[in-house]
Formats: sequence, C-alpha cells, structure tokens
Amino acid sequence: MNVQTRAIEVTRYSPERDKEPYLQRYDVPFDESTSILDALNYIKEHIDATLSYRWSCRMAICGSCGVMVNGIPKLGCKDFLRLYDHTPETPIRIEPLAHFSVERDLIVNMDEFLTHLEAVKPYIIGDNVDTASLPAEASLQSPAQLSRYQQFANCINCGLCYAACPQFGLNPEFVGPGAIALAHRYNLDSRDHGKTERMPLLNSKNGVWSCTFVGFCSDVCPKGVDPAAAVNQGKVDSAKSMLIQLFKGSQLQGEHQ
Amino acid sequence: MQQHSFDVIVVGGGGAGLRAAIAAASADDSLQVAMLSKVYPMRSHTVAAEGGAAAVTRDDDSYAAHFEDTVAGGDWLAEQGVVDYFVRHAHAELVQMERWGCPWSRRPDGHVQVRRFGGMKTERTWFAADKTGFHMLHTLYQTSLKYPNIQRFDEYFVLDLITDESGIGGVIALQISTGELHVLYANAVIMATGGAGRVFRFNTNGGIVTGDGMAIAYRHGVALRDMEFVQYHPTGLPGSGILITEASRGEGGVLLNKDHYRYLQDYDLGPETPLGEPKNKYMELGPRDKLSQAFWHEQQQGRTGKHGESDVVYLDLRHLGAEFLHERLPFICELAKAYVNVDPVKEPIPIRPAVHYTMGGIMTDSQCETSIGGLYAVGECASVGLHGANRLGSNSLSELLVFGRLAGEKAARRARAFANKQHHNLLQARSKAILATWEDKIAGLMDTSTRDPKSRSWAELKQALVTTMETGCGIYRQESALQETLETIRALKADYQDVRIEDQSGVYNTDLLHCIELEFSLDVAEAICLAALERRESRGAHQRLEPELTQRNDREFLKHSLVSWENERAVLRWQDVDTSLSAPGERAYGDQRKTRQADNGGAA
Repeated sequence: MNVQTRAIEVTRYSPERDKEPYLQRYDVPFDESTSILDALNYIKEHIDATLSYRWSCRMAICGSCGVMVNGIPKLGCKDFLRLYDHTPETPIRIEPLAHFSVERDLIVNMDEFLTHLEAVKPYIIGDNVDTASLPAEASLQSPAQLSRYQQFANCINCGLCYAACPQFGLNPEFVGPGAIALAHRYNLDSRDHGKTERMPLLNSKNGVWSCTFVGFCSDVCPKGVDPAAAVNQGKVDSAKSMLIQLFKGSQLQGEHQ
Repeated sequence: MQQHSFDVIVVGGGGAGLRAAIAAASADDSLQVAMLSKVYPMRSHTVAAEGGAAAVTRDDDSYAAHFEDTVAGGDWLAEQGVVDYFVRHAHAELVQMERWGCPWSRRPDGHVQVRRFGGMKTERTWFAADKTGFHMLHTLYQTSLKYPNIQRFDEYFVLDLITDESGIGGVIALQISTGELHVLYANAVIMATGGAGRVFRFNTNGGIVTGDGMAIAYRHGVALRDMEFVQYHPTGLPGSGILITEASRGEGGVLLNKDHYRYLQDYDLGPETPLGEPKNKYMELGPRDKLSQAFWHEQQQGRTGKHGESDVVYLDLRHLGAEFLHERLPFICELAKAYVNVDPVKEPIPIRPAVHYTMGGIMTDSQCETSIGGLYAVGECASVGLHGANRLGSNSLSELLVFGRLAGEKAARRARAFANKQHHNLLQARSKAILATWEDKIAGLMDTSTRDPKSRSWAELKQALVTTMETGCGIYRQESALQETLETIRALKADYQDVRIEDQSGVYNTDLLHCIELEFSLDVAEAICLAALERRESRGAHQRLEPELTQRNDREFLKHSLVSWENERAVLRWQDVDTSLSAPGERAYGDQRKTRQADNGGAA
C-alpha cells in the first residue's frame, strides 16, 4: 500500500542557538483526516523530537494550537492537509502566529494578548455577589437577552484575530479584537453593570478607534465570533459615552460659571 | 533556582483549581494564593466538557432522587455521606456560576433550562448549549481576575511535593518557558491536575491529561483509590476519539447498529422508546458503562459498521431537525462536520466508545484532604468518593464546583492555622535535596553521551503503553490479558530508565516535558492495571469476562481498592465503603426497574 506523504515547512527558532528563525522541511504521511496538528505530532513523535508547539484538546475548543498556515492564521487541529495542493515543490508552510513575539519554534508570547484581555475587566461588575455566602437565587435572563451577547461569549482566546489584525501588528498596545469582543460580551449582558468601568480603556487611543475596520479578524475566527462587529458596535458605544462625557463636562463647566 | 512563599498553592488551573483558588482567595483577602498550571487556565481540559452540570432544580425533583441515581449509578461503591453532601450543595454552586456570568441556556420565562441526562431519573442538568465546560471554565478564569491575591504561574509544570513531619510544605515546579526550577512554599496545597485518560490509546481527552498530580501524590505515599474504574464514553468520533456529548441523547438522539436497529433494547435498557420521546433511564438514557458494554457485544456479534479502520455504531439526530440541532447542539454539528465530514441534520454520526474519565484518583477524606496534612485534592485527579464504580454524566462539572470550593476553604483555614509555623530550615533542607534529585534527573535525561543504542524514545514507550492499556484494561477484562499488561507496564518502567531526550534547550523544551509526563503516566497505568487485576468481580465500569466473575460480588468486593507506593513497589489494599444511607441493591434500568421494584415490594 502506498502511503501518501506531504511536504511541510516549519519555522524553527531557538533563542539559545539561532540568531534568526529559519524553515525546516519534513515529509509526513497523510490521509483525508490528517490535520495540521496531526502532522506536527507526527513530526514530534517520529522525525524530530526537538520541535516545540502548543496543543491539547485537538477539537477546536482549548485554543492552544494557533499557527500561520501558508500565511493565514488557523487552528492547527481544525485545518487539514487535504485542503492544500499536493505537489512536492510547494510545501505547506507552518509558522508562528504573526504579530506576536516568538519564544521558540511555533510558540509565541501569549501574555501579549492576555494582558489586554485581562485589562478589559471581563467579569460581571456590580452584581454584589458575595462569595463568602452563596447567592440563593439565579437571576432571570430571557433567551433574547442571552442571544444579545452569546456569540461574543464563544471566544476561545486562541489569538488568531490578533495575528490577522494589521493594527495590532503596528501597535502592540492596541487592545485588539478578542479583548474588545469580550468587553462587549459583558457590556451586553443584562446582569452586568460595569460598562462605565470598561469604557475609558475602549475610548482611549489604544481602544476601539485604533481599528480601521479591515474585518480580517472575523474572517479567521474559528468559532464564528464576529470581533469586527464587536469593535464597531463598541465604536457606537464609545461615541455615545464620549458625547455624554462632553455633555456632562459642559454642564459641569456651566455650573461653575 | 527561585524561591517563593505563599499561603495556599493550587496545582492545576482547570475548573476545580480555579474554583478552589477563588474560594481560598475570597475566604480571606490577606491570604496569598498561587495557582500553577502546565498550560494557560483556559486550555485546561474542563474546556472540552459539553453536556452540562447536574443539580436538583425542579419542584418535582429531590435530593433523595439525585442521591439514589448517583449511588446506584456508581454500583454502590460511592461514599454515601459524600454523595449526600454533594447533592445538597450542587444547586447553590450552579447559581453562583450564574451570578458570575455563566451563559446558561434559558427557558422562555428567563429561568435556567435543564435537560435530560443518562442515568438521571429527572431533568436536572444545567447547560450552556453544548459547551458547558468551556463556558464554566472561561467564567471561572475571568472571575478569578477579580482577585488580586491570586497569582498565576501559567506554564509552570509541578514536578514534586515538599513535605515534613507536620504535612505539606510546598511544591517544586519547572518553568516551561525557561527550564528553570522553582521552589514554592505553602502550608496548604491543593492538587487539581485532572485525570489520566491519555494512558489509553483511544480517548476523548486532551494531550495534557496524563495523570501528573495522581503520580506525584502517589510517590509521596498517598493511596490512589478505585483506579480500575475507567469510564468509556459511548460516543466518541472514530479515529480521533473526539467527544460527542451525551446531551445528544438527552435531547432525543438514538443509537443504531449497522442494520439501523436500536440495539440497546437487547441489553436490559428497553423497551424501545418512540423516536422523539426520550425517557429518563431508558434506552439511550441508560448509564455510560452499560452503553459502552452494549457496543462491545454488538461488535463481537458483527453488528457494527465501519468508518475507516474503526468499528462503529451510529448516533442518529436527524429527526430533531436543523433548527433544534443548531440551537441545542451547535458544537456537535461543527465537530461532526469538521472531523468525520457528516452533517448530523442529514446523516447519522458514526461513533464508538472512547476512554473518557478516571473515576478513581488521589484518595481524600470527605473534606478533600489527603493522608498528608494540608495536601488536598479535588476534581478528576481526586477520589473524594462521589462516583463509585461509574460516574453519571453531568455530575463531574458540579463536583468540581462543590468540592473545589470546599477544598479552597479548608486550605485557607489550614493556611491561617499554620501561619506562624517555623518550618523553613527543615523544609529548605528537604527542598534542596528534592531539587538536586530533579536537577540530576533532568541532566541524566539530556545526557545523550550515555545513551544505550538499543534504548527507545519516550514516544515509542508511550505508544507501547497506550496500546497495552487498551488491550488489557478495556471495556471487558480478563486475568491473562491483565497480567500481561501489568508485566508490559513494568517492563516499560524499566526501559524508561534508559530513555534520553534529543532537545538540549531550556526554553519550551516539550521533549523533556512529555518525557516526564510519561513517567507519571506509567505509575498511574500500573495502579489502574493492578487494581483491575485484583478486583475479581464485575461492577460498574469494571467488567470481567471470566464466567465466574461476571457478577457483582458484594461479599468480597464491596470495597474500595487502594494502591500505594511502598518500598519501590505498588501495593494493593482494600477499604470499606460507606453504605450507611442506602444498602446495596440491584442496579436496573429500562423496564427492569419496574420488575425489580415489584420483586422488592417497591422498596427500590
């Protein structure tokens, strides 16, 4: 039986050894079901144990295995070798996620994203939950209220949208699509009262206005979240909140005059 | 080497670890809590739980009913006091999750919706579509950000414990991003490291589920309890083992063999329920162990179909319709399309059983404390005694909340009580010695100059391990195969001594990481196999093929197995089970229940 193989090029980089990242070629067997992650696992276990990358669930929910495949951000476990042309001259190129610092091979510095995520206060604010004694009753939330924020709650924090975002590439301080979508998720939740605490960051120069609405973030999202919509609905909120601030400010000035 | 001191250390950042960390941090905001995990918290395997979390919710439900389902579901091997505590506290924990923002699915009137689940006599499973674990994990991770006294050490791999005469003193961890070893001191440590499903070849688990915490506690003398009880989930995707939730059946999905026949009616789960009318505890809503065993019989009799190399049966959801499937089971639709190229709206999904959950684990008392003072364990890595010989679906997500909080609160109390303990001289000497052992060990693994040319790689040994576990410790087991598997595991442990790794670097050396994980997995596998060999009866998820062992034998085996590491070998003992609230009865599903109840004068 002939086993089909496919040529793959993978970025290699060890900060202790290499000045620059370089590409290394491997030939891996594949069939209809072989994912990019399966190919990396094959290399790791059969060809080259020194290749490093992140993975765990292999079912597109843990968000570990984001990489660039032929220049497009993908989850390694949800992208398949069969989808790429098969000639020995055109290897599939697997690289670390763009716009992040590379730590080693395909591993990037995820803290560059999580710092933004944690800064938007992604938790219910103002519900007065006291954890010392458990609350007796659940709050009511209609299916319609749930559906307002539900899609933005589906973000798996994989970072693909950051690798797709040209603005994040230019300005690492940009809060970015994933974190803005999460802020928006809580702002839209009927149980939350924290919008005023989140808006200053979203209004700032690194907030929603940094986005130039390329929309690639939503194209690459493996979970159908639409961060571009969150960012642009965020712009409406931001404009409103700035107008209110402006209005309050002039009122305040008026009072002082 | 860096040193740190904390009041409480949590090892593991999944659902149980996060719940415990929040409980400890909110019990007293002056306590400093460290949370170490080998992955970022939201990568933890809680993320892959789909179906839901159980708690008595409806007016027509009762604690007694949830208790009975859990105890009978576990074939009377659960600790009944623990089950009683669990069913009484689960609802409050799910409400707490709601208040923290978990997007539970809702009824039109805004109340939380509950769904049917296998082995549960009433609808009591809360769910967030079919990504319940994902939403719970992210809600817990995001909520944990509110607590400034929780300090996370993401991508730190805990290798060992430091103990002294009075109990736990801290942990040793490897910083994966640098290769540096750290010593972290604390008077309370909570293990929340998850299960060990990856010791089997075909499983639903993420690659990280390698039994690390179980092996670490075990090497320090803590017993592993009930390890022979390994749950096969009846519906994994062929090839990958990816989980297809039991909620698919709770919502009305049915199982067909290759002749389109609903075969479960032949295995004491019938009579057949009409399509679109699922009935609690009947047919597809029987417990997981019984359903996986039925697959095995169908396979033996040649009534399974083929998908690639795999024998499969079929999960048919077509009658539920596109709209309903996309609302209640969107992830299942996505997974089936991506991984077996099936649209469940139009075609049945090929499925087969896959190892899913370790019922056993680090033995604790009812308060989550182990035999080492101040060392707690919670979640899948632990055996607090909730699941007995078979876990009911949707009990484990509630478990990690109920017992995560308990462990966190107990740890906080311990940390306060021992706050003034002068221990650092002895502990520092101890930690220095353990650290030196690990430095030597890592240097040894990297020393390719001493490599035996015949030695195998960790990857080859791992393949051998997962293959032998599937052969010897599968859905049905027998003496000779178990014996052979035990010998294979022991030979692999010997071979492991000659393993060397290729990667010489400190930064993200995953070659080293996986090599150490394998050593942990080997210990856990040996405990599973030894307990399975010695339990010469059939109970719950542990089924023996020998004709004289196919029945439950309460006279000899109404006991927990305990495997301990003593004098460099695995030793097995037995422990009595708490059956103070419900005397062992016969487990029955489908119409068998009625018959049995009539036979027993309605007492079941």
